[in-house]
Amino acid sequence: MSRTGTKLEAKKVNSELFTLTYGALVAQLLKDYENVEEVNKQLDRMGYNMGIRLIEDFLARTGSGRCYDFRDTSEKIQTGFKIYLGITPTITNWSAAGDEFSLYFEANPLTEFVELPDHCLNLKYCNILTGILRGACEMVQMEVACWFVQDQLKNDTITELRVKFIKRLEDAIPAGED
Amino acid sequence: MKQVVDTKTNSGSTGEADECLFEYLHAEIVNYVLSLSLNTKEGKEDLSRLEWMGFSVGYKIIERLTREWSRFKDELDMIKFICTDFWCSLYHKQIDNLRTNHHGVYVLQDNAFRLLDKVGTSNSKQYLPESPRLLAFTCGLLRGSLANLGIVSTVTAETSTLPSCKFHVQVQRV
Repeated sequence: MSRTGTKLEAKKVNSELFTLTYGALVAQLLKDYENVEEVNKQLDRMGYNMGIRLIEDFLARTGSGRCYDFRDTSEKIQTGFKIYLGITPTITNWSAAGDEFSLYFEANPLTEFVELPDHCLNLKYCNILTGILRGACEMVQMEVACWFVQDQLKNDTITELRVKFIKRLEDAIPAGED
Repeated sequence: MKQVVDTKTNSGSTGEADECLFEYLHAEIVNYVLSLSLNTKEGKEDLSRLEWMGFSVGYKIIERLTREWSRFKDELDMIKFICTDFWCSLYHKQIDNLRTNHHGVYVLQDNAFRLLDKVGTSNSKQYLPESPRLLAFTCGLLRGSLANLGIVSTVTAETSTLPSCKFHVQVQRV
């Protein structure tokens, strides 16, 4: 049985599988919780759990050592997006103290097939990303906070994720419940 | 059946979610569904949400995959497509064995199913009771894909030794 011309692209399919699965999850969460804020929180929490696992894969794959400073961290986060989502966000808007920066996303594979209905204006669709960053950084003894400042799904021209360094964690804290 | 899977080309296309990302997400979805299931206080785990999410993903993804595909000859042709190209793209390998009674029952056997692959080494029984959790999503995925191809079915999964599993597809004739 041979077909001519067409062939499925494994990478692309895999990416769509992820995008659609994530979409199904968000849809399910919206169904389960009436409260959009609660959905944002759940997504962040799930991202956190993913992040604390993802960092191991990242370190194993890139062989990168400790970050020298927060600028170094930002570049590694950028690399992470390249590896896992195939996108390279722009690092910009550094705060004067050098403890805050923004990631600009022009394209976001998570939102590839997404349009937000009107009653979901407060939904942070990609909130899983903030959780992933938080969880991953915590595993390398760094407490960060991140949040979305702009979102293309809400008619902003660009999606902006703000990352702020909070503090260096002194002792390795075992992965506890959030 | 021979099939060449090219994972190296096409990486520059619209985007690539790395493989493990899906696996972690899947694990979180399973956790989430189980956390709700605990609240029902019934003896049995309620995996219907997982199955439903799989269904909606399968329904959507098959539409995109078969967009430029020539028309399928018949039901068996569709199932074959699922076993080869579809499975390869999603789970990086083909279905190892396909059986059918030619009356609407198909058994798809995967000897090293991707989502079970890291759970137990060969012939391990330790996590066997938990394995349905990891299969419900894919059952839904199969059902959803077939539904969009025009086949109404029920899909169940069965494991006897990890990481192999069998998916039973029962086509409902109307």
